[in-house]
Amino acid sequence: MSEIRRLLFRTKRGLFGVSLLGLFTFLAVFGALLAPEDPRASSTDVLIGPSSSHLLGTTEAGSDVLSQLMVGARVSLVVGFAAAVISSVLGAAVGLIGGYFGGWTDRILDAFENWFLVIPTLPLMVVLARLLDPSLLVLILVIGLTSWAGTGRIVRAQVLTLKERAFVERARALGATDTYILRTHILPNTLPLIFANTVLIVAVAILLEASLAFLGLGDPNSISWGTMLEAGFGSGAPSAGAWWYVVPPGLCITLLVLAVAVLGYLFEEHVNPRLRDQR
Amino acid sequence: MRLRWIGAKALGALVTLVFVLVFNFFLFRVMGDPTSQLARLPRASPEEIVKLRAYYGLDKSLLGQFADYAGDTVRLDLGVSQRSRRDVSTELAEAIPWTLLLIGTGTLLATVLGTWMGVIAATRRGTAADDGLLGFSLFTYAAPEYWIGIILILLFAVALPLFPAGQQVTPGAEFDSFFAEAADVAEHMVLPVAALTLMLLGQYFVIMRSSMVDVLTEDFVTVKRATGMPWNKVVRRHAVPNALLPLVTLAALQFGAVAGGVITIETIFSWPGLGELTYNAINDKDFPVLQGTFLVFSVAVIVANLLADALYFLLDPRVQSA
Repeated sequence: MSEIRRLLFRTKRGLFGVSLLGLFTFLAVFGALLAPEDPRASSTDVLIGPSSSHLLGTTEAGSDVLSQLMVGARVSLVVGFAAAVISSVLGAAVGLIGGYFGGWTDRILDAFENWFLVIPTLPLMVVLARLLDPSLLVLILVIGLTSWAGTGRIVRAQVLTLKERAFVERARALGATDTYILRTHILPNTLPLIFANTVLIVAVAILLEASLAFLGLGDPNSISWGTMLEAGFGSGAPSAGAWWYVVPPGLCITLLVLAVAVLGYLFEEHVNPRLRDQR
Repeated sequence: MRLRWIGAKALGALVTLVFVLVFNFFLFRVMGDPTSQLARLPRASPEEIVKLRAYYGLDKSLLGQFADYAGDTVRLDLGVSQRSRRDVSTELAEAIPWTLLLIGTGTLLATVLGTWMGVIAATRRGTAADDGLLGFSLFTYAAPEYWIGIILILLFAVALPLFPAGQQVTPGAEFDSFFAEAADVAEHMVLPVAALTLMLLGQYFVIMRSSMVDVLTEDFVTVKRATGMPWNKVVRRHAVPNALLPLVTLAALQFGAVAGGVITIETIFSWPGLGELTYNAINDKDFPVLQGTFLVFSVAVIVANLLADALYFLLDPRVQSA
């Protein structure tokens, strides 16, 4: 545990990830309270550049960009983490069951996994999100249910090596049931790997939420950085040169994904020290 | 041995393809049930609905419907666009070349630039140049590709009006020759290709860098150096060709991610390919077109994966003996 604390708070990369993620989490919780204006309030000051009354200018409807930006952190984080948890639980279950039991169970699960690995993710999500009506829950489910295959693959590989180890064989010889072995020997030994992988999936899920929102498949009732980019692009902000409207939301997405990904790599290296030499 | 390996891979691809068909069928026939739209017709009498169901083949069994659907798909009869009332296959056929042009150019540029950057970073490991390139590639990985596209528009189409910000040719322009038209298209391609290249570059760079780092520690490199061959020549003649192997498969395996990038980048730049077609279909709830683009993207990815396997087989003798 102290090794993790050192990685997080004593290394440059750890500090970078922790402080940025901390800032965005703070915004996700308190952003709506701290926002200088109602993010939906429209006015006649349309697409006006940064000034003392609007630090990041206004939108095409005359709303305050900074307020929307602060409120938008919540959707990105909630969808990112919730989708990643669903995806990890699903991937871990498939990997554990397939890897441990082998045989036909494994072959069928593996075929599913392969299929989800091959099918292009965003087109698949676009189709699903369009057929269902977009809401936060639909976004979370669509992202979570389609991006678990990579986790499944990694967990399965780990389980395959674990189940041949002496302590598992010993437990089996003493008459332990499969459920018992999975719960007390296999799962605890794959958890660190699953955790590191989950963090990396959060980064992917945040990007996917933003992409879906940008394509008009976001939750119509909430403001996210993706819907800001959609509205900004749709209203012609780029060709009007209104950089204050379209640069900040993308920058926030980028910084949040960077922070999460850096932390994910850190955990991954901690779990698998062989990775450390390669970077 | 060779044939069996390729055959197994091809069979796997075929199974995946059938899966795609089944999935597509269920998705659009069951979740996006056409009868729910029929029910919305305000003046349709029950008899008319029965007739319409028969017309769409919805009175048959599920298996019979699937057989119809699979047969139609194989004959490239993908239905009619609800928006334009044109055949979906015609719309797809018009869009595919534009997308291939974009993806081909972007992938080529990303491969060349990524290789070059990877070699620089691997041979100068741990220096400021290496750190800078790694930071840059991490940033382009984290940044949404359509946002990069928007920034390119802000910088090079608005602030400095160097390139057009959208579409594939100047609207209404008449060209005297093929070359004049090609030059116009090339000018319109610059920004979308740049966005796609920046999206792909990071991956190519990271893979090439780690591949080069591995190759540079191998014995034959040390031996070549010991013969007195200049370092530059060792890198160029012996290390780079050996390190290129993973890039070949990466180009094909990245196809799935590219499909996603193409949707958003074509949307940003109004590029008339599969991506823009998808975007319009999303907004108009044009399900036949959406089904068609999803099918094309899936088939393309499956074929690309098969090609990657075949290429790897040809290039790496170790796979053949395994």
